[in-house]
Amino acid sequence: MTDRVRVALTVNGERVDAEVEPRQNLVDFLREELQLTGSHIGCEHGVCGACTVRVDGTIVRGCLMLAVQCDGDRVETIEGLSDSGDVADLQAAFCERNALQCGFCTPGMLLTAQELLLQSGAAPSREQIREHLSGNYCRCTGYQAIVDAVEAVALARQGQTP
Amino acid sequence: MKPAPFAYAKARSLDHAIALLDGAPDARVLAGGQSLVPALNMRLSTPSLLVDINGLRELGEISRRNGHIEIGALVRHAQAERSSAIAQLAPLLTQAIPHIAHPAIRNRGTFGGSIALADPAAELPACLLALGAEIEVTGRTGRRSVAADEFFKGLFETALGPGDVLTAIRIAVPGSAARFGFAELARRHGDYALVGLAAAGTVHGGGLADVRLAFFGVGDRATRARQAEAALESGNLDAAVAALQHDLSPHSDVHASAATRSHLAGVLLRRVAAQLDSST
Repeated sequence: MTDRVRVALTVNGERVDAEVEPRQNLVDFLREELQLTGSHIGCEHGVCGACTVRVDGTIVRGCLMLAVQCDGDRVETIEGLSDSGDVADLQAAFCERNALQCGFCTPGMLLTAQELLLQSGAAPSREQIREHLSGNYCRCTGYQAIVDAVEAVALARQGQTP
Repeated sequence: MKPAPFAYAKARSLDHAIALLDGAPDARVLAGGQSLVPALNMRLSTPSLLVDINGLRELGEISRRNGHIEIGALVRHAQAERSSAIAQLAPLLTQAIPHIAHPAIRNRGTFGGSIALADPAAELPACLLALGAEIEVTGRTGRRSVAADEFFKGLFETALGPGDVLTAIRIAVPGSAARFGFAELARRHGDYALVGLAAAGTVHGGGLADVRLAFFGVGDRATRARQAEAALESGNLDAAVAALQHDLSPHSDVHASAATRSHLAGVLLRRVAAQLDSST
């Protein structure tokens, strides 16, 4: 009844063929089978956002999708975004502004912030940044520095200075 | 926090999904999974089979037909939030959807899933009550339509029977005199509502007619406040607020006492009544 299921997907641009147990969450698959441990596991019920990954171009909770559902999908993790340089400016701004301390939430924060910055035509307001990041918990920074960093990158990408 | 083992089947068609559900009484439909997968992870739900309907593209469309806007069950919240057809023809939904959880969850969670789950603190069931929507259900005996007023039966209980799949939601295209209002109070953005209110009415001779007030987070399901509706139709806002004491029976929990919820329901009614009055 609970036989493994064969799936084929791309992860960070590379084709992956695997047999997965239906009950395995996507983030567990990425961490345990592919050793992509940049996506973190916090609450395991969709509240904290530490497991945020991209599936077919939009961010999702890695703990609320099953690996078996990702057959044929394009999955991207912080490792892929980091290697491609797509979020290099966000990463640098997080360092400059002390927008991370323990770093546990940071991969999820970066993916979520990147989605907001790619969506909006103009630079989003601080209120919009806070709203977009509202599903990503940080227990260190108090968020102020994270909003500062995202706002700085949003303005820089529009050719404006913060 | 890992799910108990289950089998997985990807439905190739709606008929296939219904046949799969028929063959396993404790099977669950997997749509967006944003409430089901947490329940699986916490082993609050331990089905033997998940029937994944995400491949059924015909359930993922928003269309206008015969004076109605039809929203497929698999339309994602983010898709509905951005839909110009919904903004134009069902603006109450455009107002409500940003209050649902967070962006990553709205990217995945589905319109039909939220209705089928019937969480008492969720936004969309109340919106459908306010809009007098019709809910299309497909099961082994064919297709039927259930009025929103008849659909929500209790705490996470609906008119869906075993082997039924919620397939679409139909909302009548509003006339030019239709007015809508929405407000919600939550401790943090995206949290479930302490109290929320979705409302609709029609401007009629300087007042309001056909008022529908659907509260959420204050009972075992989204609930219409019928005495308050009548009071608002007669133009008496204070009486409408007072009538909520009769219409609603809020509960106490760790987030707020019943008395607080009752008070906040009145606050929201005043705010939403102003939206109904002012939105021209």
